[in-house]
Amino acid sequence: MIGALPLIVYAIVAWLAIGVLALVPTGGGFFGRSLFAAGALVGLAIAVMALTGIGDVPQAMVLPLGLPDLPFHLRLDALSAFFLVLLGAATAGISVYSAGYFHASENESPRLLCLQYHVFLAAMALVLIADDAYMFMVAWETMALSSFFLVTTDHVVPEIRRAGFLYLLIAHVGAMAILLCFGVMQGGSGDYTFGSMRSMVLPGAWPSIAFLLALAGFGAKAGLLPLHIWLPEAHPAAPSPVSALLSAVMLKTAIYGLLRVTFDLLNAQLWWWGVTALVLGLLTALFGVIYATVQVDMKRLLAYSSIENIGIIVAGIGLTILFKANGKILLASITLVATLYHALNHAFFKSLLFLATGSVLHSTRERSLGKLGGLIHRMPWVAWAALIGALAIAGLPPLNGFVSEWLLLQAFLFTPTLPQSFINMLVPLAAAALVLVAALGAYVMVKFYGVVFLGRPREAQLAYAHDAGHFERVALAWFAIGCVMLGLFPGTVIAVIDNVNTALIGATVGHAGDRWWMLAPISPERSSYSPLIVLVVIVAVVALTIQIVHRTYHGRVRSGPPWDCGFPMQTPRMQDTAEGFGQPIRQVFEAFFRIERVLPSPFDAKPQYRVTLSDHLWQWLYLPVVHGVEFMARFAGRIQQGRISIYLIYSFVTLLALLMFIR
Amino acid sequence: MTQIPIWAQLINLLAAVLLLLAFAMLAQRRVLTLINLFAAQGFALASSTAIVAFATHQPHLYWSVGLTLVLKVMLLPWLLHRLILKLDVKWDVEGLINIPTTMLLGIVLVVFAFNLALPISQLANTVTRATLGIAMASVMLAFLMMITRRKAIPQVIGFLAMENGLFFAATSATYGMPMVVELGIALDVLVAMLILGVFFFQIREQFDSLDLQHLEKLKE
Repeated sequence: MIGALPLIVYAIVAWLAIGVLALVPTGGGFFGRSLFAAGALVGLAIAVMALTGIGDVPQAMVLPLGLPDLPFHLRLDALSAFFLVLLGAATAGISVYSAGYFHASENESPRLLCLQYHVFLAAMALVLIADDAYMFMVAWETMALSSFFLVTTDHVVPEIRRAGFLYLLIAHVGAMAILLCFGVMQGGSGDYTFGSMRSMVLPGAWPSIAFLLALAGFGAKAGLLPLHIWLPEAHPAAPSPVSALLSAVMLKTAIYGLLRVTFDLLNAQLWWWGVTALVLGLLTALFGVIYATVQVDMKRLLAYSSIENIGIIVAGIGLTILFKANGKILLASITLVATLYHALNHAFFKSLLFLATGSVLHSTRERSLGKLGGLIHRMPWVAWAALIGALAIAGLPPLNGFVSEWLLLQAFLFTPTLPQSFINMLVPLAAAALVLVAALGAYVMVKFYGVVFLGRPREAQLAYAHDAGHFERVALAWFAIGCVMLGLFPGTVIAVIDNVNTALIGATVGHAGDRWWMLAPISPERSSYSPLIVLVVIVAVVALTIQIVHRTYHGRVRSGPPWDCGFPMQTPRMQDTAEGFGQPIRQVFEAFFRIERVLPSPFDAKPQYRVTLSDHLWQWLYLPVVHGVEFMARFAGRIQQGRISIYLIYSFVTLLALLMFIR
Repeated sequence: MTQIPIWAQLINLLAAVLLLLAFAMLAQRRVLTLINLFAAQGFALASSTAIVAFATHQPHLYWSVGLTLVLKVMLLPWLLHRLILKLDVKWDVEGLINIPTTMLLGIVLVVFAFNLALPISQLANTVTRATLGIAMASVMLAFLMMITRRKAIPQVIGFLAMENGLFFAATSATYGMPMVVELGIALDVLVAMLILGVFFFQIREQFDSLDLQHLEKLKE
C-alpha cells in the first residue's frame, strides 16, 4: 500500500503539469474549462488523500531535487494533513468556479493566468508538506511570486500595480523574518531540516526571539496588525477566484507556519507569547471588523472581514499557547480545535462570499455597494448561496461560523485561575472583545447582504444582470453545502481535528468528539450544543408559522399597492446606502479612522459630499519609513557625482584604507 | 655589510628605473611622450623579469618576458599611437591638479607603499624582495595618474601602467604568477585596450571631445 505522501506529491506534479499544458499552443480555443476542472479534481483528490491519512503516523520523504547535498525533505503529519484538507476542499470549489469565470473573462492572457494559478496551488501545497527550511522557503517564495502575478492580472490599472507592489514588498519583509526565524532555530548546527530543529533545545532568550520572528513573518502574510496594510489593497485587486484563494487558503498557510513553528519546532512555549498573540489577534480582529463596517466596495469589505477572521484565529492560537504553557492541556486542545475549526470555516464561507461577489461583478461590472441592490430577483442562485455564506460568517446557528466562534468563546469562559494574576483579568476582557467582534461581524454581513441583494436596484442597468453559469453554480453550491455540513456535524469534524491535537499538544479533547450530532466541550451537561436540534426547531417553527398564517389568512388575501407612508414618490435612491448603514459605527469608533470630509456649501447648486477614510497606521508607521528611505536614498545619491575621477578616488581610498587595515 | 649579488643589484637598479618612469609619467603633459614612457616602463619590466628568470633558473618566466615585450613594448604602444593619430589628440594633457602637487602626493604614496611592504619583504625570501615596495608604489602612482587626468587616453595609459606595477609585484614577491593567469591577464589587457579604443570613438562621436567631464551628464 503506497502511502498518502507520494500520492500527494504526484497530485502536486499534476497541478504543475496542468499549468504547463495551458501554455501549449492549440489550434482551437483555450481549453480553460477542462484545465481548471482537472485542477479541481486534483484538489479534491488531495483533500481525500489527506483526510484518509490524517490519523496515520507521520510519513517522510526525501526528494532527490534541490542543490547538491541539500535535497528537499517532505513530511506529512496530522497538521499538514489538516491544512491539505482545507487547501484541497477550497481549491476544488474555486477551480470549478474559475473554469466558468475565466472562460468568459475578458482577460488578455488566460493561458498565463492558468499557469500562475496552478503554480500558486502547487506552491501552497508544497509549503504544507515541506520538512526543511530550504524547501519551505523555496515554496513560500514561489507562492508569493505566483500570487503577485495573479494579483496584478489587470496590470494596466495603476492602482492594481501599486497594490501588487505593496503586496510583494510586505511579503518579502515577512519572508526575511521567517528566514531569520529558521536561522535562529537551527541553533548553530547548520542543519536546516525540521527534524533537527525539533530536537534542538535553544538556550536563553533564543526561543522567544524565534517565536517573535515567526509571529512577525507569518503575521505579515496573514495580515496581522500592523503589517495588514497590503491585504485590503491586494485582495480586491485580484480577480474574484484569486481573491477567494488568497483569502481562504493563502492566509491559512501563514497560520499553518505559525502553528508549525510554535508547537512543533520549538520545544516549550512561554506564557507571554500567548498573551502577545492574543492581544495582537484581538486588536487585528477589532480593527478589521470596524474597517469592514465602513467600506463601500464589496470586495474591500470582504478583505477587511478576512483581517477580522485572521485576528480571531491568531487570538485562538495565543490562548492555546497560554493554556499549554500553564499546563492546562485539555483546555489547550479545545482552544486549538476551535482555532483550526474556524480556519476551516473561514476557508468555506469566505470563498463562498468572494465567489458570489465575482458573479455579481461579472454580470453587473460594478463593485461599489452604492450602485448595486435588489439582485436577489435577478441572480437567485448567487443570492441564496451568498445568504448562507453571510449567515455562516455572521455566526448564526446552525451554520458553521457559530460552532467555531462559540467553541472559542467557551474556551475563554472556561478559563480557570491561571498563575499570572493580570492574565486572569485580561481573559474576560478578551472574551468581551471577541463577542464585540462577532456582533460587529454580523452587522457587516447585514450591510453586505442587504445592500447588494435586497431592496431595489440602485442603477438602471442592474435590470440586465444575469445569474451565474453552470460551473459557478456548482462551486457556490459546493461551498454552501460545505458551510451547512460543517455546522451540522461538529462532532465528526472535531474528531478529525483531534488528530492534530494528538500530534501538537499530546492530548485529545476527550469526549467532545464522541457524539457526531452534538458538541459538548467539557461534558454534555455543561453548555453543550446540538446543531441538528437547533435546525429541527428552526424548521419546525418556520413550518408551523407558515401553517398558521396559511390557515388564518387563506382565501382572504387581496393584492393592492403597498402603503407608501403617505409619500407617493419613491426612488431607489431613498434606500439606506452602504455609507449610511456604516455611519453609526463610524461615529462610535471615530478615533480609529483618519477621516477626510468634504461638505458642500448650502448655496451650492450641485452639492457634492465626499468622505475618505484611511488608516492611521499608514500615517504613523509606514510614511515615516517611506520618508526615511527617501532621505537615505537622497543622501546616498550625493555620492554619485558622475565624475570618473571621483569614482576612482573612492576605489583608491578604499584600497589604501584596506591596505592600512591589513598591515 | 653583506655583498649583494650582482643580479640582485641589477634588479634593484631596474626597479628604481621603473619607479622613476612612473614619476615621469605622472609629471608628463604630452600624450605622445606618455606612450613612449609607458613603452619604456614595459621594457624595464621585461628586462628585470629576464634577470630574475636567469638568476633563479625559471625558464617559464622567459615566456612572461616575451609576452611583455610583444604586448607592452610593441603592440599596445603601437595601438595607442595609431589611436591618437586617428583621433588627432596629440595635445597637452590637462591635469585636474597641478603637477607639483601631484608629485608631492606621489612621494607620500611611495613612503606609504614602502612602509606597507616592509613586513612582507622581511617574510619573503626571494632575491627580489627589496623591490616589493617599489612595485606597490608604481601601482599606486598609476592609480594616482588615472585620478588626476581629465582626458580619456591618459586614463587608459594609467590603467595599463597599473597592470605593469601589478606584474612587477607578482614577479618580485613570488617569481611571477602561473602561466595561465599571466596569459589571461595579458589577454584581458589587450581586450580592454581594444574595447576602450572603440569607446573613445563613441565618446568623441557623442561629445566632439574626449574630455571626460562630458560624461558627468550621464549620472541622471
